[in-house]
Amino acid sequence: MTEFTPYLSLIGGVLIGLGAVIFMAANGRIAGMTGILTGVLPPVSKDWAVRAAFLAGAVVAPMIYVALGNDIPFSVPPSALMLVLGGFLVGLGVFFGGGCTSGHGVCGMARFSVRSFIATLSFMVTTFVTVFVIRHMLGL
Amino acid sequence: MLKYISSAIAGGVFGFGIAISGMANPAKVLNFFDIFGTWDPSLVFVMGGAMITALIGYRLVFGVQKRPLFEVSFSLPSAKQIDRRLILGSIVFGIGWGIAGFCPGGAIPTFGLGHSESYIFIASLVVGILVARRINPFFLAK
Repeated sequence: MTEFTPYLSLIGGVLIGLGAVIFMAANGRIAGMTGILTGVLPPVSKDWAVRAAFLAGAVVAPMIYVALGNDIPFSVPPSALMLVLGGFLVGLGVFFGGGCTSGHGVCGMARFSVRSFIATLSFMVTTFVTVFVIRHMLGL
Repeated sequence: MLKYISSAIAGGVFGFGIAISGMANPAKVLNFFDIFGTWDPSLVFVMGGAMITALIGYRLVFGVQKRPLFEVSFSLPSAKQIDRRLILGSIVFGIGWGIAGFCPGGAIPTFGLGHSESYIFIASLVVGILVARRINPFFLAK
């Protein structure tokens, strides 16, 4: 069980959106983690340093939050093998799908992109079905 | 220089939002999808809050600014086509997300928190992206 946290989740969501708006206003880019991450992997893109700065900010901010004495709940039910398999599939999928929850689900949907709507619908439904199969049919 | 600072600030606000929202917690993410089990609807608020904020914010940005503050022009995705690549890719992503409980945006902000699970996932994610990039030309040829 995890605790239902509507207020914290809403505030967190608004901040995710705000980060995306700042990135668009200042840097003119979509805050999609797939695209940003792909650009810093060799062979790096021309603008890799801007992407690296975004990643550095995203990594450091939670570290500061924890250093100030706050707790970030973290629990991982899947096994290490599932993380390897899942991680690999996520990498393949987001590359070919052209985005993930942040790029398609937040930024793309906010731009009324039909492509992003179809992508988001596809991965949300698939994730739902996958979790159902793993938890209720395979009992993992 | 300013574009790097703004990028780091945008990433920081994004990562902080991920951290407090619960998206960085695979147990919470998986429970969101487990409607017939230990359902936790919190992620509706994360995605709703993020999307509505971005929707309003983007309208303001595109309404007020002709170009971004620190770049010559906006770099917006130009692809419009709804093809097999988009849908199959998203389906494979969904299978992986359901297996691992992490998505890229949720995992990266946990990188500095010392969890071995984050490193295993992120390393596998990177391998997946690199393999996809390597095999990509074969798919483009079709």
